[in-house]
Amino acid sequence: MALKIVKGSIDRMFDKNLQDLVRGIRNHKDDEAKYISTCIDEIKQELKQDNIAVKANAVCKLTYLQMLGYDVSWAAFNIVEVMSSSKFTYKRIGYLAASQCFHEGTDVIMLTTNQIRKDLSSPNQYDTGVALTGLSCFVTPDLARDLANDIMTLMSHTKPYIRKKAVLIMYKVFLKYPESLRPAFPRLKEKLEDPDPGVQSAAVNVICELARRNPKNYLSLAPLFFKLMTSSTNNWVLIKIIKLFGALTPLEPRLGKKLIEPLTNLIHSTSAMSLLYECVNTVIAVLISLSSGMPNHSASIQLCVQKLRILIEDSDQNLKYLGLLAMSKILKTHPKSVQSHKDLILQCLDDKDESIRLRALDLLYGMVSKKNLMEIVKKLMLHVDKAEGTTYRDELLTKIIDICSQSNFQYITNFEWYISILVELTRLEGTRHGHLIASQMLDVAIRVKAIRGFAVAQMATLLDNAHLLTGNTQRNGICEVLYAAAWICGEFSEHLEDPMQTLEAMLRPKVATLPGHIQAVYVQNAAKLFATVLRKHDGETESQAAQETSQLLIDRLPLFVQSANLEVQERASCILQLVKYIQKLQQKNVEVAEEVTALFAGELNPVAPKAQKKVPIPEGLDLDAWINEPPSESESEDEKPKAVFAKEEPKHSRSRHTEVDEKELARRREVRKQEQANNPFYIKASPSSQKVYDAPGVEHIPVVQIDLSVPLKVPGMPMSDQYLKLEVERRQKEKAERKKKEKKKKREKRGKERKADSGPESEEDITPAHQVDIVTEEMPENALPSDDDDKDPNDPHKALDIDLDKYVPYCRHLQFIHVLHIIKPTVYWFPFQKSSKHKKKKQKKEKEEKEKKKKKRHHHHHQHHSDAGGEDSVQNGTVEEEEPLPVSQSHSVSLKQEVKVYDIQGNHQDESKVVVSVIFENKSDSFLKSMEFNVLDSLNSKLQRPEGAGAHDSLTVPFQLPPGVSNEARFVFSVQSIIMPQKLKGTLTFIVKSDESSTHEKLDFKLHFTCTSYLITTPCYSDAYAKLLESGDLKGSSLRLEGINMPFHHLLARICFHHHFSVVERIDSCASMYSRSIQGHHVCLLVKTSDQTVSIDAKCDEPSLLGNVLDEIKQTFSKC
Amino acid sequence: MCKMRFMLLFSRQGKLRLQKWYTATAERDKKKMVRELMQVVLARKPKMCSFLEWRDLKIVYKRYASLYFCCAVEEQDNELITLEVIHRFVELLDKYFGSVCELDIIFNFEKAYFILDEFLMGGEIQDTSKKSVLKAIEQADLLQEEDESPRSVLEEMGLA
Repeated sequence: MALKIVKGSIDRMFDKNLQDLVRGIRNHKDDEAKYISTCIDEIKQELKQDNIAVKANAVCKLTYLQMLGYDVSWAAFNIVEVMSSSKFTYKRIGYLAASQCFHEGTDVIMLTTNQIRKDLSSPNQYDTGVALTGLSCFVTPDLARDLANDIMTLMSHTKPYIRKKAVLIMYKVFLKYPESLRPAFPRLKEKLEDPDPGVQSAAVNVICELARRNPKNYLSLAPLFFKLMTSSTNNWVLIKIIKLFGALTPLEPRLGKKLIEPLTNLIHSTSAMSLLYECVNTVIAVLISLSSGMPNHSASIQLCVQKLRILIEDSDQNLKYLGLLAMSKILKTHPKSVQSHKDLILQCLDDKDESIRLRALDLLYGMVSKKNLMEIVKKLMLHVDKAEGTTYRDELLTKIIDICSQSNFQYITNFEWYISILVELTRLEGTRHGHLIASQMLDVAIRVKAIRGFAVAQMATLLDNAHLLTGNTQRNGICEVLYAAAWICGEFSEHLEDPMQTLEAMLRPKVATLPGHIQAVYVQNAAKLFATVLRKHDGETESQAAQETSQLLIDRLPLFVQSANLEVQERASCILQLVKYIQKLQQKNVEVAEEVTALFAGELNPVAPKAQKKVPIPEGLDLDAWINEPPSESESEDEKPKAVFAKEEPKHSRSRHTEVDEKELARRREVRKQEQANNPFYIKASPSSQKVYDAPGVEHIPVVQIDLSVPLKVPGMPMSDQYLKLEVERRQKEKAERKKKEKKKKREKRGKERKADSGPESEEDITPAHQVDIVTEEMPENALPSDDDDKDPNDPHKALDIDLDKYVPYCRHLQFIHVLHIIKPTVYWFPFQKSSKHKKKKQKKEKEEKEKKKKKRHHHHHQHHSDAGGEDSVQNGTVEEEEPLPVSQSHSVSLKQEVKVYDIQGNHQDESKVVVSVIFENKSDSFLKSMEFNVLDSLNSKLQRPEGAGAHDSLTVPFQLPPGVSNEARFVFSVQSIIMPQKLKGTLTFIVKSDESSTHEKLDFKLHFTCTSYLITTPCYSDAYAKLLESGDLKGSSLRLEGINMPFHHLLARICFHHHFSVVERIDSCASMYSRSIQGHHVCLLVKTSDQTVSIDAKCDEPSLLGNVLDEIKQTFSKC
Repeated sequence: MCKMRFMLLFSRQGKLRLQKWYTATAERDKKKMVRELMQVVLARKPKMCSFLEWRDLKIVYKRYASLYFCCAVEEQDNELITLEVIHRFVELLDKYFGSVCELDIIFNFEKAYFILDEFLMGGEIQDTSKKSVLKAIEQADLLQEEDESPRSVLEEMGLA
């Protein structure tokens, strides 16, 4: 043996340590992979050795390699070996490796449970610490279930170092094993008042995290947190609490009102930017949730905006960024307060940091008004010109379009200006957003009737200069605008001054280089233009022009007929044949114009996106029913090819009635007009639009203005800037006119009526230059936005949505937590759950009488804990069993005067002692003091009293309870026989101190020691288990449970959790389990399940203990 | 405080020096995220602010000499306090190693992890006091040395 050790040590000397490995990797830059693979081979050799030091060294190296991205999952078992080392040095390395490499799928994790349990209870706090740290990284649902109790015990460890770690890790345990939340919560809550600030802040952290995910369950903690917030000086803790309040206020608006003051105080006083920022954010959130009915909040908003301005003005980029971010939140509800800082935000557009510029852009979106839109967009256009890098420029482009088009072009007063902006944007080279500009052009031209003439002229120019847009790069997304231009020119061709010229431009050979879908639009709209040209020359006999047009099409279209794009080819050949036919007719001097025009007659209506949904399904029509018998599979194959042509682009679809006669057409037009009149989505030509179109100055705009000196600027484009000037002029003129009118009116009305001061020009005063009827989007009836949509069903926090104030029925049989309420019936009545019998008694017994209202039990579970608990209602000595009712009493807390005692936990120290922890909670408004705890001993169980005390003396509870405070006290009981469950009667006496008087009060209760509470979760290996069963010392018993429909692993988890068993082995739907009593009784279970029936065969060396445990198990499952 | 999703340390050259994940993430996703994030962060200009929105997370990073410290926090978390966390961690490293440099972290990466684990747990701050964190590390180290001494005797035996 000694030789082996010596040999190991010698080997070790030649091993690479971590430093060697790192150095080696750095020296093998060229063949790193090869070097590392030799290292991994060495490591594999090292792992085969028995020497733990060598193994630990190898594992340490593996951890490094894992970080470099190498797979080390094959060494998982070796990691467990190193974790199990008794030496801290190696244990530390093992746990580190595990925390870096293990995940839920790592199967060896199963093997670690007992090792971790051992480390958690190690006398060395650093062993425990290392285990907790590791566990926090790789905890699985199984580990969480098995170790929940151990960790819960550690929350009350004597060393704050362990307590704080245990508290923090509980959050992870809750996530993996939500069932542990309820029993652990009282203790967690208690830690909010831990004397150690580290533990306290850890508890704040965990509870805040829990509450943030499911705020409604934590509303009752608000007063406690409020107290902490106003008393704590630790900024870290404050931030967390303030954030928590941000989550709670939407649920309880009254809380918001209370919060504003302390928060504004903090904003004024703090020098920590992080805290200031948190406060501002929360105030904003609070004000948003209060939004209505609170008149005095403009001051708070002003304060926030002021502070944010300071942040934005700061030279620190981080503060600037956050200031803008928070500003955008205020903008949503209080746009006016932000708008006054427009100057500052525009300044940020010049910032060298792109992320700040983007934030500023976001803000601008919400800041525009009719008044400042043109000015802001002008500024943005300047930035577009200056911008380096396409990302930011594209971002600017989309922002400009977003800003202008928001809420149905609400802020645009002059659409000619907007069209010019869009046209100017087409100068952007290499932008990806051509389609965005195109869709805006289409949208505006279709929806704003008055602008069509102008738009068509602009688009014609664009088409004429198309080479400028397509010239440079193939990938240039900007050519998409030609799609829109061609369509607009074709559709509204009646507005074209020279349709022939545009037609010519659309049929240039260069067009064939454009993407297919654009060419298709060109071809189709060339046909529309053709119709327009024909109509223009209608009536002229032997029109030369009309025939030339036909010839032009016949000459140019064959190029498109040859297109590889099917859509282009089909349209082109169709139209080519049509034109050839028309040419024939023309040569015979037949009038064709009208018929050709009829091909494209009809108006396009913009339709609200959801309009289709609103079309009612005719009665008796079942859309899901088959019209014919469903086709057989072979048939469906035949039908497939047809689908290729079935999909037509809706944009081009329109009814074509070539052969309808005049009368029919007229009739249809009439019908359509009728429909349009009734159609809310149809934009009607407004009589005022023409008038406004002739607004002063507009006719001076040169529509065709050749400006060849500026390259890359599409010639003939009016500059948007001009509109800005014009707009200002127009507004001034309007204003002047209005003033004149007002003066007139004033003169007329003087003395009769008080008139509001017109003051500075307000939003409403600005009349748009174009009348726009814009469709409003409508939601289908009955369709409500559902709140659940945004909840991710996989969110792990969902499982933690547990109402902690409500006690679920199945917990009733579990001990550990009692809630005993005392209320003074004369003060307030519970509106629930009192039987009339009780009331009568109460009335008889008058004021001083206390009554226990209700008890709810709760489960709590701890490996080394056993305990007692019970539920009874006691009324001046009369014991009555009362059914716990599911009552949410948390909301009436402030109204009641009550004492709440809950959470009784036991601790096994040795085989005859049980420690019961009781939490006393004062839910009354009075101060409670001189509490004395006493239990009527039985022969079997006795409360341990200090030496010299009499057998019936009370124990003084070592604290007093101010209103709303809870605290825990522990009492030791000595127990002789543990084979039977037991109930002990007890009394708590205390003095209630109120302002004017103090009274002596008393509360009776019962402690329930179940047999389960004497069991300790003890791991057992399968071979030992088998030996135990073979020994024949154990007596058997069995239990059948019917109608259990829960997954088997839940069932096992429940037995483990509530009855302190551990799973020895599980094969399919069969598992063996083990537990041990404090006096060393072995309890073995064989659990089988099939078809909602669970059979438990049990063996134990003490039959009556076994019987009682089985009864308790039965009770557990009968409650669920 | 902040609920951190993960913390990364990487060099100017894009070499990962430390990674700590506080939520279970598949190995493949980790690699992808690290690669993507390093690209994004390294591409940022020095004068830019320390925050960026990335996927559904907020990234807070700061460069110290040749090393980038990079944390991912959730949407509602406080960016400034996260920066503070990073700074605390750097201070702790600095105190422990004595003006820390990248090489210290490379060669003693396990120590760096121990410090981080003592400072943060499950993504939450364990202790806001630098002193108590350092004390815990020192004492654990002391324990380690005690452990190691008997072995060195054995080693001497082996030599002898």
